[in-house]
Amino acid sequence: MGREEKRDLILTLLLFAVLMLGVSLAERYLNTYLIRILNTACIYVVAAVAYNLINGITGQFSLGPNGFMAIGGYTVAILMLPLVQKEQVYFLQPLIWPFNSFSFPSHLFLLALFLGGLAAALAALLIGIPTLRLRGDYLAIATFGFGEIINVLANNFIPLTNGALGIKGIPEYTNLWWTVNWAFWSVFMIKGLVNSSFGRALKAIRENEVAAEAMGVNLFRHKLLSFVLSGFFAGVAGGLFVTLISTVSPSLFTFTMTFNLLIIIVLGGLGSITGSVVTAFIFAFLQEILREVEAPITIGAWTFPGIPGMRMVVFSVLLVVMMIFYRRGLFGDKEISWQLIIDRIKGRNESEK
Amino acid sequence: MKVKNKEPLLSLENLTVAFGGLVAVSDFSLQLFSGDLVGLIGPNGAGKTTVFNLITGQYRPTKGRVIFQGKDITGFSPDLVTTVGIARTFQNIRLFGNLTVLENVLVSFHVRLQSSFLAPMFSLPSYWREEKAIRREAYDLLEAVGLADVTKEEAQSLPYGEQRRLEIARALATHPSLLLLDEPAAGMNPQETRELMEFIKKMRDDFNLTIFLIEHDMKVVMGICERIAVMDFGMKIAEGTPEEIRNNPRVIEAYLGVED
Repeated sequence: MGREEKRDLILTLLLFAVLMLGVSLAERYLNTYLIRILNTACIYVVAAVAYNLINGITGQFSLGPNGFMAIGGYTVAILMLPLVQKEQVYFLQPLIWPFNSFSFPSHLFLLALFLGGLAAALAALLIGIPTLRLRGDYLAIATFGFGEIINVLANNFIPLTNGALGIKGIPEYTNLWWTVNWAFWSVFMIKGLVNSSFGRALKAIRENEVAAEAMGVNLFRHKLLSFVLSGFFAGVAGGLFVTLISTVSPSLFTFTMTFNLLIIIVLGGLGSITGSVVTAFIFAFLQEILREVEAPITIGAWTFPGIPGMRMVVFSVLLVVMMIFYRRGLFGDKEISWQLIIDRIKGRNESEK
Repeated sequence: MKVKNKEPLLSLENLTVAFGGLVAVSDFSLQLFSGDLVGLIGPNGAGKTTVFNLITGQYRPTKGRVIFQGKDITGFSPDLVTTVGIARTFQNIRLFGNLTVLENVLVSFHVRLQSSFLAPMFSLPSYWREEKAIRREAYDLLEAVGLADVTKEEAQSLPYGEQRRLEIARALATHPSLLLLDEPAAGMNPQETRELMEFIKKMRDDFNLTIFLIEHDMKVVMGICERIAVMDFGMKIAEGTPEEIRNNPRVIEAYLGVED
């Protein structure tokens, strides 16, 4: 490990310590509303960074993260739901074996999240094998179809998913400790991969497939690696989400979820992991702030009735404006790195002298 | 031509490829020996680049075989062809435009990486040792091709001549024993072309290469190639030393047409 890498690793671990301190303070002093937004933001970070790996870094246009999140979410929900709750929830048709015979205790929550991620990764593998061999937009079409299929399954495979009623009463294990840790470590791992030789190979595929292959990069294997990893983290994000809001239903992971993630990674910059982190937070807070535009508004003597869905209109306008003025997103494909921050601080000190 | 009794490095045997009804290359045979610098010339659309694409696996031949170092590599995928030791450059430059010069070269080292993808994800020291070693090698290579000053520039921001050289450097980084250059002097002015000729010769000697190149610029071909193959309408119509090719009536006919 070179000197710079060592320095960066130490600074990163320091950041982690600061974050953990921040979490313990936040859990004590912040109100539940703010904590809820922060939790959502961190889950968006996990999902968006994973999505950026396949879309932004590898340049393969996937439209299926909602499907992977759904698989992860349902897996975690079914594993963690207490047995008593299982009998109450599945009153239309009983839950199929073996899931009706056991339930994970709280200390196996981490394992449940991993299994949720693995289930989503397995799904990614199964879709990836036929579609990633082809060049072009087949992946977009196939993954879009996949997301829809998962939704139809969630609605109709009642013995497993309880259909449109969804599953309620999932223990709320997710708190800031879980979400911040997952956000931090998934960014740490994905950034580690992106900055490595594997990341360069993935970017080479994005830049020019023919040349990448001619330089010895196995296109299929690397696209599959990126896609499966992306699926894994999306699955974990889904699992965190359902244990945050304690319920899961087919309407939770519709194409709107993919659209939200797409807004995040495009605004942050396709190919910029740290950009996605920043915009994931901006997005989570904007979603709350913009609730105002959906409420009835009174200006002087006039009262305008609230229009549900106005938020998405605002986001769409924002997206159009961004595409006109910052076509490559806030960060382009550049990353916020420790080197950049150090250079900035040094630069400021020197200009003050 | 003196007879070489050692085994050829690359042997193309009756290569034929048809796209629908169009036969792009027909019964093309050629042998390259270790250390050769062979040129492939012919009018536009003669099928020269198609021959390259058949060797490197972009196309699969309809008939015929590609034998490299005694091994049949016909139908290998392009990345596999690279791992056995054949590297190429492209007629229209295909760099990784948004990556830096150094990163462009580093991509070529990826195929020989030992670490699994989990190693960099968990920031394992074993990965960083490997990364450090390939970075040093990449720097050395960029130094050797005279691009050491621009390692941090984006590849697409380089002037044309340097982009060509970067493409060659990137190909060399895959540790090839055979290098295929597709019109390396295209779009260059006479000064750049002269430098390139020197560069190609030097690379062959420094890196122990065998070079097979397509070129339109006759000065380049006649100046550095020891042997030349000529194609027309997908077929090889002549092979020999520059002197022989210059005086071959069929070659003159292919290039200048025939008097009635």
